[in-house]
Amino acid sequence: MSAITDERAAGESVKPAAVARRPRRAPLKARLRRDWPLLVMTVPAAALLVVFHYIPTLWNAIAFQDYNPYAGVGGSTWVGLGTFQRMLGDPGFWDATANTLALTGFQLVFFFPIPIALALLLNSVLSRRVRKVMQSIVYLPHFFSWVLVVSFFEQMLGGAGLLAQEMREWGMEPLNIMNNPEGFPLLVTAQAVWMDAGWGMIVFLAALSAINPSLYEAAASDGAGRWRRLWHVTLPGLRPVIVLLLILKLGNALSVGFEQFLIQRDAVGAGAAEVLDTYVYFQGVVVGDLSYGAAAGIFKGVVGLVLILVANRVAHALGEQGVYSKQ
Amino acid sequence: MTTATIKRRHPERPIWEEEPTPVGKGLKGLALTGIGLAVVFPMWVVLVTSLSPERVINKAGGLVVIPGELSLRAYEQILSGGTVTRAVLVSTGVTIVGTVFSVVLSVLAAYGLSRRGSVLHRPLLFVFLLTFLFGPGLVPSYLMVTGLGLKDSYWSLILPSAVNAFNLVVLRAFFMAIPQELLDSARIDGAGEWRILTRIVLPLSKAVTAVVALFYAVGYWNAFFNAVLYIDDNSMSPLQVLLRGMVLQGTNPTGFAGPTPGTAVVAPNLAIKMAVVMLAVIPALLVFPFVQRHFTKGVITGAVKG
Repeated sequence: MSAITDERAAGESVKPAAVARRPRRAPLKARLRRDWPLLVMTVPAAALLVVFHYIPTLWNAIAFQDYNPYAGVGGSTWVGLGTFQRMLGDPGFWDATANTLALTGFQLVFFFPIPIALALLLNSVLSRRVRKVMQSIVYLPHFFSWVLVVSFFEQMLGGAGLLAQEMREWGMEPLNIMNNPEGFPLLVTAQAVWMDAGWGMIVFLAALSAINPSLYEAAASDGAGRWRRLWHVTLPGLRPVIVLLLILKLGNALSVGFEQFLIQRDAVGAGAAEVLDTYVYFQGVVVGDLSYGAAAGIFKGVVGLVLILVANRVAHALGEQGVYSKQ
Repeated sequence: MTTATIKRRHPERPIWEEEPTPVGKGLKGLALTGIGLAVVFPMWVVLVTSLSPERVINKAGGLVVIPGELSLRAYEQILSGGTVTRAVLVSTGVTIVGTVFSVVLSVLAAYGLSRRGSVLHRPLLFVFLLTFLFGPGLVPSYLMVTGLGLKDSYWSLILPSAVNAFNLVVLRAFFMAIPQELLDSARIDGAGEWRILTRIVLPLSKAVTAVVALFYAVGYWNAFFNAVLYIDDNSMSPLQVLLRGMVLQGTNPTGFAGPTPGTAVVAPNLAIKMAVVMLAVIPALLVFPFVQRHFTKGVITGAVKG
C-alpha cells in the first residue's frame, strides 16, 4: 500500500526486483554498526507518531466500554457493542450521517468538475503571462484557513456583508445567505470551490501537459474539430487521474470537512450543518460522552476504509489503475 | 490554399489548431476575468475597509469598495497591545517553533529512511505510511493530549500535528534521488551520516525542504481546531480563534491600549475587524510568490521523477 507513486513503479518491475531481492546480507551486528545513526535520526519522528497516532488508535477500545475518565481504560466496565447499539438507535446520528452523505454527493456534482474545467480553460490560454497570473490568483485561497474563508464569505454575503448593504441601499429587503439552512449545501460547496478549486486544478494541469501533442495533431489532420479532440484525446488522457481522485473522494465520503461546518453551525443551526465529524466532537467532547464519540469515530473510520477498498476494486474492474495495484 | 502565407498571430499555436472565433475568445476572456475577480474582489474590499477612517465607512454605509481617504489607524490600534497583538504573537511563535521542530524531525526521519536495506528500514517506513490509511479519531486523540497534561500548553498546538507522513515521503523521494556515488565518495573521505546530511544532502534539497517548511508553516498558522480543543485560556488564543470570535461571532474587539482621551481618533470597529482579517491573510501573501517559484519546480518535478 506504500506511497502511491512508489508502489506503482515497483509494480511494473516486480519480477526483476523479486529476483534481486536477496543479496547476501551482512550480519546484523555489522549492519547495526553501520546504520545506527540512521535509526537514531528516524526514531524521534516515529515516536511522535506512536504517541499521537498509534496509541490513541488503540484507545478507541473505550467505544466498547462505559468509559469513565477517572477510572481509566483499565477501571471502566466493558459493555461490548452496547454503545454501538445506542448509536444506531439514535436519530441524531442518522441525521448527521445523512447530512454528510448529502453534502458529499452535492460536492461530487458541483465541486468535482470545476478544477477540471478550470484546468482546461487555463490550458487553452496561449499567453504564458495570463496563464501565470491566473494560476497565482486561483491558488492563493488554498493557503487560507477555513475561518478566513468563511470570514470573507461573511463579509460578502452575510447579514452585514456587502450584498446586504447594497440591497439596503437600493431599498430592497437585505438577503443573508450565510444563515439560510436551505441554501447551506450550495453555500459550503461554493466556499470549497473558492478555496480549493485552483489548487485541485494543478494535478489536472500536470496530466494535460503529459498528453502527447502528436495525438492532437493526428486527430486534427483526420478532421477532428476542437470538441471532438476534447472528447477523444483530452478526456481519455485525464481519465486515470479522474478515476483516482473519484476513488479518494469516495473513500473520504464521510469526511466532508470539519472546521468549515463547526464555525458555521451557529449560523444555520445543527439541523443543516451537523456532519459526522462535528457530531463526534459535540457528543464526545462537548457533551462528554467519550465512549459514544469514540464509537461514532470508529464507525466513520471503518466505513471509510471499506469504501476506499470497494472503490478501488471497482476501478480495477474498469481497467484503471486505482490508488494501489495488486502485486 | 498555401498555408505558408497565412499570417499567424500566435507562434505558440500549433499549425493544425484552428484560430478561435471572436465569440469564443470573448467568452474565455470573460470567464477568466470573472474567476479572477471572484478571488480578488473580497480581499480588495476587506483591505480597503481596513484602511478606511470612520467618515469613509459611514459614507459607504459599511464596507468600502472604492477607496477614499486612507488611514493606518486600525492597524496601529490593534498592534499597540491588547488581545489582537497577543494573538498575533502567539500565532507567530507557534508557527516559528512548530515549523522548525517539524522540519528538523521530518528531514532527519526522511534521511534515516532514505537507504533501502538499512536496519529496520521497512518496518519503520511502514509506521509512517500506515498513517495514510486511518486516523486515530478525535476522541482518543483528545484523551491522549489531555492525558499528557498538554491542555493549555502551546505544545498541544504543535506536537499532535508535528510529523506529516506526506511531507516526509516527499522529502524522502528527493533524498533517494540524489546520486549514490556522491554520498559514497563522502563516506570514503570519512564523513559520517550527520555530516553527509548537513553538507551534501540538505544543500542539494534546498527547494524541496523549503516547500515542506512552507506547508508546515501554513498548517501551524491556520490551525484553529486544536486551539479550540486544547486551549481554554483566552489569553493564549491564536489569531484564528480570535478572528472567528470577532468576525463570525460578533465579539467586539477589546483590550486595546488606546483610546487615551484627546490624543487620537479611534479606528472604527469595522475597520478593526477587517484589519484582523488582513493580519491573518498576510503570511499567506508573503509566502505565496515563493510557492509559485518553487512549487512547480520542487514537488511536481519530484513527483514526476518518482
